[in-house]
Formats: sequence, C-alpha cells, structure tokens
Amino acid sequence: MKLNTILKLASGAFAGLLLATVNSANAFTACQVTDLGGVDDKSFNETAWKGVQDAVAKHGIDSKILESKDGTDYEPHLNSMVGAGCDIIVAVGFLMGEATQKAAEANPDSMFTIIDFAYNPTIPNVLGQVFATDQAAFLAGYVSAGVSKTGIVGTFGGINIPPVTGFMDGFAWGVSHYNKVKGKNVQVLGWDPAAKEGLFTNNFDSLDDGRAFAQNLYDEGADIVMPVAGPVGLGSASLADELGSDKLKIIGVDGDWTVTDPARKGVYLTSVMKNMDATTLSVIEMAKSGNFSGGLTVGTLENGGVGIAPYHELSSSVSSDLASEVEALRKGIISGSIKMN
Amino acid sequence: MKNSIKIKQAFSVDRTTFQDIFFIPILAISLAISLGLLLLLLTGESYQTALTALIALFVGSFGSVSALSETLTAATPLIFAALGIAIGFRAGLFNIGAEGQIIVGGLAAVIIGFSVELPLMLHLTLMLSVGAAFGAGYAFISGWLKAFTGAHEVITTIMLNLIAFRLLDFFLRLPFIQKEGRNDPISKSVLDTAELPRLLVLIDPNLRIHAGFLLAILAVILVYWIIFHTTIGFEFRMVGTNLNAAKYAGVNSSLTIVLAMSAAGLCAGLAGASQISGVLGRATSGFSAGIGFDAIAVALLGRAHPIGVLFSGILFGALVAGGREMQVSAGVSLDLITVIQALIIIFVAAPILVKSIFPWFFGKK
Repeated sequence: MKLNTILKLASGAFAGLLLATVNSANAFTACQVTDLGGVDDKSFNETAWKGVQDAVAKHGIDSKILESKDGTDYEPHLNSMVGAGCDIIVAVGFLMGEATQKAAEANPDSMFTIIDFAYNPTIPNVLGQVFATDQAAFLAGYVSAGVSKTGIVGTFGGINIPPVTGFMDGFAWGVSHYNKVKGKNVQVLGWDPAAKEGLFTNNFDSLDDGRAFAQNLYDEGADIVMPVAGPVGLGSASLADELGSDKLKIIGVDGDWTVTDPARKGVYLTSVMKNMDATTLSVIEMAKSGNFSGGLTVGTLENGGVGIAPYHELSSSVSSDLASEVEALRKGIISGSIKMN
Repeated sequence: MKNSIKIKQAFSVDRTTFQDIFFIPILAISLAISLGLLLLLLTGESYQTALTALIALFVGSFGSVSALSETLTAATPLIFAALGIAIGFRAGLFNIGAEGQIIVGGLAAVIIGFSVELPLMLHLTLMLSVGAAFGAGYAFISGWLKAFTGAHEVITTIMLNLIAFRLLDFFLRLPFIQKEGRNDPISKSVLDTAELPRLLVLIDPNLRIHAGFLLAILAVILVYWIIFHTTIGFEFRMVGTNLNAAKYAGVNSSLTIVLAMSAAGLCAGLAGASQISGVLGRATSGFSAGIGFDAIAVALLGRAHPIGVLFSGILFGALVAGGREMQVSAGVSLDLITVIQALIIIFVAAPILVKSIFPWFFGKK
C-alpha cells in the first residue's frame, strides 16, 4: 500500500475518533478520591465506591474515580476532580482531612463530602460522614468472646487513627462486657483501649502483613481475629482459609466480607459493617436535588449506618442463646441502657 | 540544522552518541506508550477509551497551565534526586539509596521547619541546607563503607533504605515531632516561613508549582558544571571509567568515592526537603512516595547527564500528571502508567533493541 493512502486513512480515522471521544458534559457527576489500599480493597474504599455506583445505577449520573497511592496524592487528586467539573467530590478517609479542607476552602462553589472526618467548626461546603463503628464492633466483640474456644481473641489495625481504633475499642469493650456478664476471662490481644496502644501494620495494602499478624495472634492462642486495615485483612483470611475455620475465624470490617469475598466465605464469623455506601448514596442524592448542606452525619446502630453482618456460613457456631443476647445488646445500645465502656 | 549542531557542540559528542541521546529516549517513549495502549486494548477496553487515554496523557501533562504546573511539581523532587544518582553513575556508583536519603533529609528539614523561628529567607535556607546535609550524611555511610571496607554500595544503600523507613516511623511518633492530638505517625506542620513560595498563586491558588523547581534548574546547571568543568568532577568520571587507571594517575579513589556518594545524598536530601517545604508541609510515613526509586529510572533515561536528567525528570512528572488525567477522563487505572514507565526503562536500557526496531533512524557504524 502507498504510504500516502495509509496516512490519509490514519488521519481520517484519528479525526473520527476525536469527535467520538467528546463527551456530553452536562450530566451530574459524582467523583471519588480513594484512600490508600485501592478501590478493589473489598473493604473501605470499595464500600464507598459502591455508594457512588448505586447512585449511577439509580439516577443515571456520571462518575469518576482517582485512586491514591500515597499521602502525597490527596491534594492533586482533589484538585483534578475540581478541574474535571465534578458536582460532588467524595473524599474517602480520615487521612484526607486536611487536603479536603484546603480544597474545599479554595473552591467554595464545589460540594465535598468526606468519610471519617468531622470538622470543628464545620465547613459550609463539606459534609462529614462519621460512623459509630464502636457500637457495631461491640456486638462483634461480644459474639467473638462467646464463640472463642481458646478464650483468646485478637485484633490489629492499619494505622493508629480514630476511624481504625474505633473498631478496636468497640471490639475490646464487647469482650469485656461478655466477661462481666458471664464471669469469664476472655482475653483480647492486639489492642488496649485504655492505653490506646496495640498492633498496627502501618499500611493499608500489604496482604503479607495481614497474614503475618494473624499468624502471630494465632500463635498466641487467638482463634478469632478482627483485622482493621482494609485489604490487609484478606491476607489474614487466606491464613484462616488454610488453617480451617475451626482453628481461626475472621471478623470482616467495613463491608460484609462473606459477600465481597465469596472465595473465602467459610472463614468469616461476621463483619462489622460501616454502611458508607448508603450514606454516600444519600449525600449524592441530596447534592443532586439541591438539598446539600455542609456539616456532619453520624452513622449509628439506630439509623443503620453501622451494623453487623449475618453469621452466614458459620451460623452453626453461634448458639441461638448467644445470637439473641447480641440482638438484645443491639437494642440496649440503641436505647442507651447499655454503656459500652 | 544549525541548532542541532550547536546542541551537539554543547554536549561535545559525535554523531552516533547524539543519536543515542536523542533518538533512543524518544523512540523508547513512543514504543512504551504504544505498547501500553495495546495492553489497554488487550484488557478489553474499547479503542475509544484507549484514544481518550492517550489524549488525556498529553492534555493532563502539558495541555493547560494547571497541567504544566502539576507536571513540573512532580518533576522537581525527581530532578533533584536523579541528579544525585547521575553523579553516582559518573563515579561508577549505583546508588539505590536515594529513597532513604530523601527520607532522612526530609525528616531533618521538617524538624527545622516547625521548631525554629526565623525570617522567611533565612528559615528556608536553613531548612533546605539541613535537609541536604542530612541526606549527604546518610549517603556518606554507604560511601565510607564502600571506600574503606569494600562493602558494595548497592547492598548498603538498600539496607539503609529499610532502616530509614523504620527510623521515620519511629521519629514521627516522638512527642516532640508528632502532630498534637494524633496517634498515627505524622509530624507537625512547618511554619509559613519554611514554605517554598508557590510561583503562580496569583493566577490560581490551586497551582502547586513552587520555587523548588527553579532551585532544581539551578542544581542542574551546578551539577553540569561540577561534573564537566571541575577537577573533582573529572576525578569522579575517572574513577567511574576505570578505577585502576584513576589510582595510577594519582587520584585518591577512596576520597572520591566518599565525596561522590555524599554529593548524591546531598541532592536526594534536597529532594526530600523541597518536597516537604514546597508541597507537603509535613512528614508522614509514606512521604517519600517512591521518588528515590523513580529517580533511578530518571537518571538512567537521562543517561546520567544533568541536562538529560532535567528532561527525563519533566517527562516522568508528565507521566504522573497525565496519568492522573487518564484515570479521571478515561477511567484507566494508574497502574498502566507504571507499566509504561517500566517499558520506557526497558527500552532505554536496551538501546540495541530500539535500534533494531527502528533501524532507519540510526547511521551505520
């Protein structure tokens, strides 16, 4: 073929493609900037992204996403989203608190919502979403204490920040509540709620760490472990999968891990769910209908913002008495008759 | 042609080297981007997505003032650190330790940044110098070990990186450094007087390009001058080309190795300090963000030449900024950019491969 013809064909095709790639820019666009760990973490980022995807499915809006690889990405990612003409920007994670504040103050006409961060004083164009995960983790701790055969349960976190340690606090309190009610002495490894010290991987992405930390806790006698570090916990789950769920069970966090990780569903006793998908969806709906206002929403057991997942595959190991005690606890926490710590 | 002759003279190289310096990187980049897009198509994306991604890569890196600002912001620490690695290469040293040197330099800089009260220029100067000094000091360890015990610098710098990561976590938890009210490893914020001024805030407060980029250009010129126009630079190159010949010619090779390594660390320390001072404002446990490793690639692509480092640094900055835009407008994963970067390195490292793919760009030898 002649070079000329090829060039002509190529340039024609190129121009056609250019035209085809021009998008209609009118649709409402919800954008998410994820925290470390990636959008496929089966946990924190993925749950929030599901909220955006639900909004896409329900209302036909557009969505965009930027994944943060490290803390230095937050600011440019948020700026990019502002530049990309997003109507509402979902910042996922406590660590993005300052970057979001900066972006929101520099762009007062854009709407932002951030998960796990509460501003004091509040910023007019940022809606913070925080979750009383300690309430749900309390239930998980109680159920773990009741199910544990060794009398030792364990937990570890990603980084020592409030949205992580909230889970660990509740878990430890739930165990001590069980001890108080039953006169038992189930131990919690990996977190001391009074000293605020415990086991941390210091990252949200190493599955190897998840495996190693769970192995350590298992070696110390723990037969139930709650990893609070996003996808890191999947490493713990694969260890449990190899050992067998009679030796080691895992408590999922953020989403229902039996559902998000069906390959290893046999190892999840329950999950401490933080329903960011539901709250994120409703924030997007508020923004779309023009009812957005900055401030704070708090997800609790009462409003369904947090909860524990069904026992699924391992429901046989939870006695019906224990299950009904947990249900009573849930009501007690909602009514305020049960103090967690 | 006149210009190219001038450039040739500036580089003082013959025709084949000229081809090597200019054609190979450009062809490597084009090949890498094409292969990256092919990969995208193979993963089942439509050709439209691939094209949107390609356009986004350019628009997001050079298509607007803010894109350019992001490109240069990302390029700044890469240029600093890669200059250091280039100095190492010239002296025959393979410094894998820029990441650790960035961490140590940045950490020292952040401490000066929040704990000392001084007027703007003084504070900035002190902070950057201390960062550079600590980076140099950290690299000195590897240089000294190499010169006086024969320990290979690749091993020692890798190990010192690991130590730096843990040192950072440790230091960021000391009450004197840790931000008030936080339990995770994060430092206090530097004072306003320790921030490198942003250059284009008058146009738009979101533009992040800061004076560190100007310093990086100054550093390029300075390193060029040192390597090619000073005695010490000549000694670096002698030691790098043939250690025995250098010794025979009377060069104190031990001292030269220590100096070259320290100079490399000085540049990396500056990278850390300018990143803290111009972009981040504080240190967190991942603040080095792999810059020290990317910088190795930048130095390789720049053929260990300061001018080459400047351009390849800007190219890698463009990949960062353009990659972000690719993710936003084409929904393509940022991992593709990592693949493209890796492919560029492979092609640059294998010049014969590039020459055999595009034989007609190169004269016969």
